[in-house]
Amino acid sequence: MEAAVKTKNAIKGGEFLIRETQASEIFIPEEFNEEQLMIKQQCEDFLKKEIHPRLDEIDSMKHPELMPSLLDKAGELGLLGTSVPQEYGGFGMDFNTAMLVAEVLGAGHSFAVGISAHTGIGTLPILYYGNEEQKKKYIPKLATGEWKAAYCLTEPDSGSDANSGKTKAVLSADGKHYVINGQKMWITNGGFADVFVVFAKIDNDKNLSAFIVEKTFGGITMNEEEKKMGIKGSSTRQIFFNDCKVPVENLLSERENGFKIAVNILNIGRIKLGVAAVGGSKMCVSTAVNYAKERKQFGTSIANFGAIKYKIAEACTRIFASESAHYRASQNIDDAYNAFVAGGMDAGKARLKALEEFAIECAILKVHGSEVLDYTVDEGVQIYGGMGFSAEGPMDRAYRDARINRIFEGTNEINRLLTVDMILKRAMKGTLDLMNPAMAVQKELMSIPDFGASDEEGVFVKEKKALANLKKAGLMVAGAAVQKFMMKLSDEQEILMNLADMMIEGYVAESTLLRVEKLIGIRGEKACELQKEMAMIYLHHAVNKAAAAGREAITSFADGDEQRLMLMGLKRFTKIDPYNLKEARRKVANYVIEKGAYPF
Amino acid sequence: MKILVCISHVPDTTSKINFIDNNTKFDTNGVQFIIGPYDDYALARAVELKENSGATITVINVGLVDTEPTIRKALAIGADDAIRVNAEPTDSFFVATQIAEQAKAGGYDLILMGRESIDYNSGAVHGIVGELLGIPSISPVMKLDIEGSTAKLAREIEGGKEYLEVNLPFVAGCQEPIAEWKIPNMRGIMSARTKPLKVVEPSTVDSGVKLQKFELPPAKGSVKMIAADNVQELVNLLKNEAKVL
Repeated sequence: MEAAVKTKNAIKGGEFLIRETQASEIFIPEEFNEEQLMIKQQCEDFLKKEIHPRLDEIDSMKHPELMPSLLDKAGELGLLGTSVPQEYGGFGMDFNTAMLVAEVLGAGHSFAVGISAHTGIGTLPILYYGNEEQKKKYIPKLATGEWKAAYCLTEPDSGSDANSGKTKAVLSADGKHYVINGQKMWITNGGFADVFVVFAKIDNDKNLSAFIVEKTFGGITMNEEEKKMGIKGSSTRQIFFNDCKVPVENLLSERENGFKIAVNILNIGRIKLGVAAVGGSKMCVSTAVNYAKERKQFGTSIANFGAIKYKIAEACTRIFASESAHYRASQNIDDAYNAFVAGGMDAGKARLKALEEFAIECAILKVHGSEVLDYTVDEGVQIYGGMGFSAEGPMDRAYRDARINRIFEGTNEINRLLTVDMILKRAMKGTLDLMNPAMAVQKELMSIPDFGASDEEGVFVKEKKALANLKKAGLMVAGAAVQKFMMKLSDEQEILMNLADMMIEGYVAESTLLRVEKLIGIRGEKACELQKEMAMIYLHHAVNKAAAAGREAITSFADGDEQRLMLMGLKRFTKIDPYNLKEARRKVANYVIEKGAYPF
Repeated sequence: MKILVCISHVPDTTSKINFIDNNTKFDTNGVQFIIGPYDDYALARAVELKENSGATITVINVGLVDTEPTIRKALAIGADDAIRVNAEPTDSFFVATQIAEQAKAGGYDLILMGRESIDYNSGAVHGIVGELLGIPSISPVMKLDIEGSTAKLAREIEGGKEYLEVNLPFVAGCQEPIAEWKIPNMRGIMSARTKPLKVVEPSTVDSGVKLQKFELPPAKGSVKMIAADNVQELVNLLKNEAKVL
């Protein structure tokens, strides 16, 4: 057991860039056990029974008590306490199971946002950073839903630049309270929350501190509900703190530790948002497929048309790929957590440390999951045609609700920048050895290409080579960009976006190949034909996207012989054997259409 | 009070039905199994009775080892323990005999099950169990309240409802709206694997019934749409194409 933990612990965050992972090392969703599948079913049943019949009512906001009452019902089923340890009234589930819950509930539209804000950014700062008294006081009530939570970080002038907030906390003359003054906005669950985690600067501190604020402390007022493009049923308020007196014992963690709390809690929020988007995408594509089967034009169901099949197959492939990457990362996080705990670390600290280790993957998955959802809802509207544009059909809500996911928990731009930034920082710190692999790539660039056919046998031999090359392309462009701009690279955001895309696609394509390889090992090749097709489709998508991103980056900063050499290298590293993708998509789509729902 | 709830392990209602082995066997490939929906209501009512006035609930299923996840789901919903009679549930008489034997040994006050399973839909098991135990069997029960040693029931009959009072013990075949459909809670799910699940071997029963084969209904033909005002064309098609006039 210990040996197993040790080997698993050997995988580091961000290492996917330079290390070839084996299929046996990753967790795949097909390995969920009976209990986890029962929990999945429980969440699906909950949506079916309590949420989906009430989507219009929830979004109308006519009954402000509806959302909290639905959270109460979720609390009765234990859905608010999955990640909370048993000693604080929760169920102490592992991260992978919590992810599964987040995925399924991700199809809950506005409710999904309400529950994830409560269980995630609302509850977790107290759970992970609170002292024993704070945890004992707040967590059991949050785990059952008796109290609802909200997270107050963003301000009118402080969004992505979170540490620039102006809200102030000043110690009272008697030293018993911090008096908070300031304004927070876009506060999810603000309208009904009992407890707020509020970020403010004490005196003239450089960094934020965090406080646990109860609504009853006084000095809290709110604006009306925000009118939003989507997730209309999720309570979103502007909150004003006017001499709000917070007992000193409600300072969370240490003074000036708030920004760190905010960042670390967002790591969890990001990967969970990504997986919730995967869940939303599954529901959306299932709905669209059924419509395509029913809708008849030119004397036949539109599901019979290749153009529609393309959309269905493409959405399902991207969902499958994103899902593969999410559960690979969440198992890595669980493994790292177990290793830290085995080494004697406190559980809360271990959870955060494990998430911090995989913060790069969390950022990648937030971007990928939310963009898969955007693709899926967009094509969902398209499959519905005119009815897709009608506010009476289901695609209207899906389309509007999806859009926020590219914005909150750090915009996708911020997360792309962070992905590259974190990788480079780790390389500079020496925790991630990018230098040697990057130099090896440069050397390879100067040498004669290897045209020899591989005599290796096994699944995806050629594809793995293409993937290894894709990573090399990323290293080549990143290495050259770093050399060119040095410390000024952060000013070249366009290039950083290109680099992030190359890394994101590499990670997701690899996760997909490894998932299918592992699945073939379990079920046999014949039973995994469609999954194999999806891995092929995704790999081609990833390589093409990386090639385009790489080209754009190279041509922006290199010229003359250097440019020619790098473009040649890029061409070499993004070469992929031709594959009949049309046929592959048709096969996938035909199966999805037969099943009438996302079936993988 | 001791309640026995009989649950069937049936294909999800959206499953595609195919037969294999010369149409003698249901093709379970890719099929998801669930607790029979009517049985689910019976179980939900048992859990309500337990919550309201205390009871122990045993669930029983006649099936091979692959039905255990379904049984554990019932334990998660609120049953206290379970019995699996280790046999293929070949026909109603066989299943009812196995249930009756276990029921006799357990001495239950109430035996609940769905009005029918949704796979082979014979709707006969509750009647046979009642007969074998020599106790009343009532179906389809839509309302069930216990008052001391009697129960008040409402039953759906042709064109109306029938209200009954019956002494315990008895067998009820249940249907909606006898109880609110229950989703297991997290605590239930986590405790399901630690609750007792006893596996017993079946007794030999010769029911005299042997399955010969299954047949799927003929595939639906294509549909022709005719404009509502074009009666002429309708008559023409019925006469000359469908040849039914």
